[in-house]
Amino acid sequence: MDLNTVTRVIPARTRTDLSSLGGGAVPLAGGSVLFAEPNPSIHTLVDLQTFEWQPFMVTDEGLEVAATTTLTQLSTLPDDHGWQAHPLFRQCCTALFGSFKVWNVATIGGNICTALPAGPMTSLFSALDAQALIWKADGSDQRVPVSELVTGNTTTALEPGDVLRSLHVPARSLDSVTAYRKIALSALGRSGAVVIGRLDPVDSNFVLTVSAATVRPEQLRFAALPTASELHAAIEGIDSWFTDAHGAADWRLAVSGVLAEQIRVELSEGAKR
Amino acid sequence: MTFTINGEAFDSEPRAGQSLRTFIRDHEHFEVKKGCDTGDCGACSVLVDGTPVHSCVYPAFRVEGKDVTTAAGLGLPGELSPVQQKFVDHAAFQCGFCTAGMVVTASTFDDDDMADLPRLLKGNLCRCTGYRAIDEAIDHVHTDSCGVELEPDARAAGTLLPESRTTPVIKTRPRAAGADTPLIEVPSIEAPATGAPIGTSVGAPAGERVVSGQEPFTLDVAIPGLLHLVVLKSPHAHARITAIDTTRASALPGVHAVLTHEHSPQTLFSTARHESRLDDPDDTLILDHVVRYRGQRIAAVVAESVGIAEAAARLIEVDYEVLPAVFDPHLSTLDGAPSIHGDKNGTTSRIVDPQHNLVAELHGEYGDVAQGLADAVHTVSGTWQTQRVAHTHLETHATIGWIDEADRLVLRTSSQVPFLVQTEICRLFDRDPSTVRVFTARVGGGFGGKQEILTEDIVSLAVLATGRPVQYEFTREDEFTLSPTRHPMEVQVTLGADTAGLLTAMKVELLSDTGAYGNHGPGTMYHSCSESISLYNAPNKRVDARCVYTNNVPSGAFRGYGLGQVIFAIESALDELARVTGIDPFELRRLNSVTATDPLIVTHVEGDDLILGGYGLDQCLDLAEQALARGNSAVAPTGADWRVGQGMASSMIATMPPRGHFSEVTVTADADGGFTIGVGTAEFGNGTTTVHTQLAATALSTTPSRIRVKQSDTDAARYDTGAFGSAGTVVAGKAVLAAAQALARQLRQLAADHTETAPDDWTLDDGALSSGDRRLPISELVAPEGLTATANEDGARRSIAFNVHAFRVAVNTLTGEVLILQSIQTADAGFVLNPAQLRGQIEGGVAQAIGSSLYEEIINDGEGTVLTTVLRNYHIPQLSDLPVTEVYFADTRDPLGPFGAKSMSEAPYNPVAPALANAVTDAIGRRPTELPMSRDRIWRLLQN
Repeated sequence: MDLNTVTRVIPARTRTDLSSLGGGAVPLAGGSVLFAEPNPSIHTLVDLQTFEWQPFMVTDEGLEVAATTTLTQLSTLPDDHGWQAHPLFRQCCTALFGSFKVWNVATIGGNICTALPAGPMTSLFSALDAQALIWKADGSDQRVPVSELVTGNTTTALEPGDVLRSLHVPARSLDSVTAYRKIALSALGRSGAVVIGRLDPVDSNFVLTVSAATVRPEQLRFAALPTASELHAAIEGIDSWFTDAHGAADWRLAVSGVLAEQIRVELSEGAKR
Repeated sequence: MTFTINGEAFDSEPRAGQSLRTFIRDHEHFEVKKGCDTGDCGACSVLVDGTPVHSCVYPAFRVEGKDVTTAAGLGLPGELSPVQQKFVDHAAFQCGFCTAGMVVTASTFDDDDMADLPRLLKGNLCRCTGYRAIDEAIDHVHTDSCGVELEPDARAAGTLLPESRTTPVIKTRPRAAGADTPLIEVPSIEAPATGAPIGTSVGAPAGERVVSGQEPFTLDVAIPGLLHLVVLKSPHAHARITAIDTTRASALPGVHAVLTHEHSPQTLFSTARHESRLDDPDDTLILDHVVRYRGQRIAAVVAESVGIAEAAARLIEVDYEVLPAVFDPHLSTLDGAPSIHGDKNGTTSRIVDPQHNLVAELHGEYGDVAQGLADAVHTVSGTWQTQRVAHTHLETHATIGWIDEADRLVLRTSSQVPFLVQTEICRLFDRDPSTVRVFTARVGGGFGGKQEILTEDIVSLAVLATGRPVQYEFTREDEFTLSPTRHPMEVQVTLGADTAGLLTAMKVELLSDTGAYGNHGPGTMYHSCSESISLYNAPNKRVDARCVYTNNVPSGAFRGYGLGQVIFAIESALDELARVTGIDPFELRRLNSVTATDPLIVTHVEGDDLILGGYGLDQCLDLAEQALARGNSAVAPTGADWRVGQGMASSMIATMPPRGHFSEVTVTADADGGFTIGVGTAEFGNGTTTVHTQLAATALSTTPSRIRVKQSDTDAARYDTGAFGSAGTVVAGKAVLAAAQALARQLRQLAADHTETAPDDWTLDDGALSSGDRRLPISELVAPEGLTATANEDGARRSIAFNVHAFRVAVNTLTGEVLILQSIQTADAGFVLNPAQLRGQIEGGVAQAIGSSLYEEIINDGEGTVLTTVLRNYHIPQLSDLPVTEVYFADTRDPLGPFGAKSMSEAPYNPVAPALANAVTDAIGRRPTELPMSRDRIWRLLQN
């Protein structure tokens, strides 16, 4: 929709161009969220696309993904490095409520910073224990786990003027075996629960990331694959289930348990092979 | 900045925060539609440098140096692209508002994408068709003419409908059908034969224009000097405006008027429109000093742009006295509840008890229900609750108004009832009908939602105040928060039956929440308790129904008009009775349903305007039962968590509204050899335009291509009550047929007079009259102004139509997921005038009903605030959510309808929810009594 109160677009090319952020000046990435809801307090858009950040950088430490990388770019990233976790990229893109046409513009950073419980990039990068690089308003840099960046339903740890620059996925996460499940109130509807399991390739630690069903991503960590009852008890211990148009809290708890158990079985069968 | 649209270079600057959608429309490329403005519906889809995007969420400044392609850039009428041509060939649209965006999206698919269509099309919503025809059309671009069924797992995202991959299936077969299932004989669009196009699948006349975005809808017009209207909405559910200061708003440059209750006519009216304006309570003012639901109009700003109007609206200062409010319909009629319309005179406003929020009530008994229940061997009872449903026509409500050169007020509006709007606008503004013209362009869906005055009144006020053309366009959020919804109803049903399963008593209690205003409240209450109850023979019946005000968003007319809510309850109760008695549900219906000779009884024998003509319920029951027994190749997912069940339900509906529905139609033989129909009813995807051309072409022995239709315009016809109550074929269509037949007689007489022969010597023959070797072109016979015949239809006598729906489902007991394995609808539509189109109507009705049954719900916070304000939070069915429904027609012929046709627009919706609930009950042994049967509700039902 038209943002009728916006009078100015600032193309950002250097970090100093971000100094105008704050108040009614907000960062613009793909635009698929900003242009989808009225917000008359906004007067200035600071365009991050003009940074022309390189979407992906692979190093020995892992993968650095620019915040302005689109879901289409992520979903079509070639499997050149033999990453066990590679299928998870596209799986999580399919959890976006928006269509493939939204993938063409929506960015990973935008999805995480919008901080909806059903944000699939929050699910993905939390599950991979990625670190977010924050360009702080004061010019300093900060690294924060993605799972802690999103603090609640549409709230984040970002302060006014902060910009999410990139996500760092550790090489160990990329080499992990993962399993993914999603459920919604309809076949392809907005997620009611997205549950992701990951087995660490080095120490066989198991981390289960529950999202979309909870107001912020919840992570359950085990030294090894738990038993069904251990997993069930851990899920029962989560306290941030919520109710909205995409599912009631009690159902979200129950189906998260169902999906988690499917993941546990899938990963244990994989481990036996 | 420079950019191109469909190859044409432009050099212009968008506003800083402008979306690409409105920027393209500013360049008069109206093929880019607004369905949601939030990136959910896809009606605005375009290609930017070949990449498909939702232009409503795409910043306009980003197309600098880029090439934009719209539907018109793919192909235009006469030179359509392959995907556009297939949409025409497969009748893959009804209202057509989604179509331009749909074809743009589909133009990017390749053969490999065909297995992934549910995901690729989830951002393109169609409210009319149910997607089967769209699926086929897109598929046929990429496969041979026969078409091959897709890998079934692609259809339901992990919920498998396994099927042999080796058996090619012709696409007119149900998607999940096995090779032994008989073909449903519904051809694609045909080139109609001269002489008798009725009964064939003629395509919509607007087809090529719709698929290329060239058929204009309400706002698809450039009007110089257009002003825009924005409404300031109430933040309170019930409040009195004690002061309102518009000084700062009025002073804003570009503002032409700020209208408040002080400017409003003080004539009470109802937004609902009926043939008789007395059907609805007069309880509404254009702008009121008391507001009764959150979001109601406080003031309207008219300005040179939407942005200026919005800014001005934020400058209006309002003081409110907040009043107590009531949101629960059970509480609203109790002593001590706030009187929402306590200021009204119950007699003159037609409200039963304004002090106690009671709009309408019905209490009546036939026979002796207490005795009937005492005599019963089996008794079942229960309470059923339906939710608020949004029509979700993809074109939002909108009106453009102006003063024409004859000094008339002209309203171009998205309405099902232009003549009724004209009448009421004249009443509100004390004008003679000759000074008001109301018309529609093509209307982007209605489903009952446009049988209201929601934008025309305030636009009229604004045009008359400013003298300028003014546009008011609802946002999608307005649709969810301001426009009337389907009436939520609580229905208690008690049934008694004897040992043989024959009903001894039916008792129905109803509580309907009409919200803050009574539009359609009485009508839906009365209708809800009519054919739902009179379908069954029972010696004793009782109805106690109440329709009450609350401070919720108003309810209104919705496909089925109340009937579906009560059918959900009664058909569920009958299913329970079948379980208790051990009688098969089909057999129980046969035992108790009215036959062709039974009287129709609710609380008394219905009037003799209603006849059981061309009775087809017996065939509908047989066809559905046989199809269910035949099954299909779909099997339930494996695993102990899945339970399978089947269920059915019947429904009955009168073929038109009671107490008259009028249409006066002209058909003219033009001097150029063509014919022009002048008819008042509106086209909003119902397909009446197609049927009218078929009827006229048949009577005039010509092809539909020679027929022009001027419609839904108070200038184009003398009168039409409107496109509601499924009247487009059986009222307006009947009048078209009569006028065309009269014209044929006049033409034969003219030829006879011309040649001194007898009229019977002459027959019409595709634009000419012929007699033996002689051939007289009509163009040479008629005067330059043509020859016009007129006919009327009054709807004084009505008939009855039946539908039966059956489902086989699998239910996951761990997640509550309901997977439809087989869906069957049988319809008693009388003579089928256009098989492809009628199949589409039924598929669309079933699709909308599956949405209401499983997904859709307007959620509010219990204090009048709607929480589901965007499409992503109000889930209408996507391609992935719907099975292909097997559609079968009973072989009947109606004594009243044209060529024996019955209406079939609302009817298909009604039996679906109870059939699905009954199937779920069969699967899990517990009965859902609340809609929607969402996964979380089904899961919770299984927990206790």
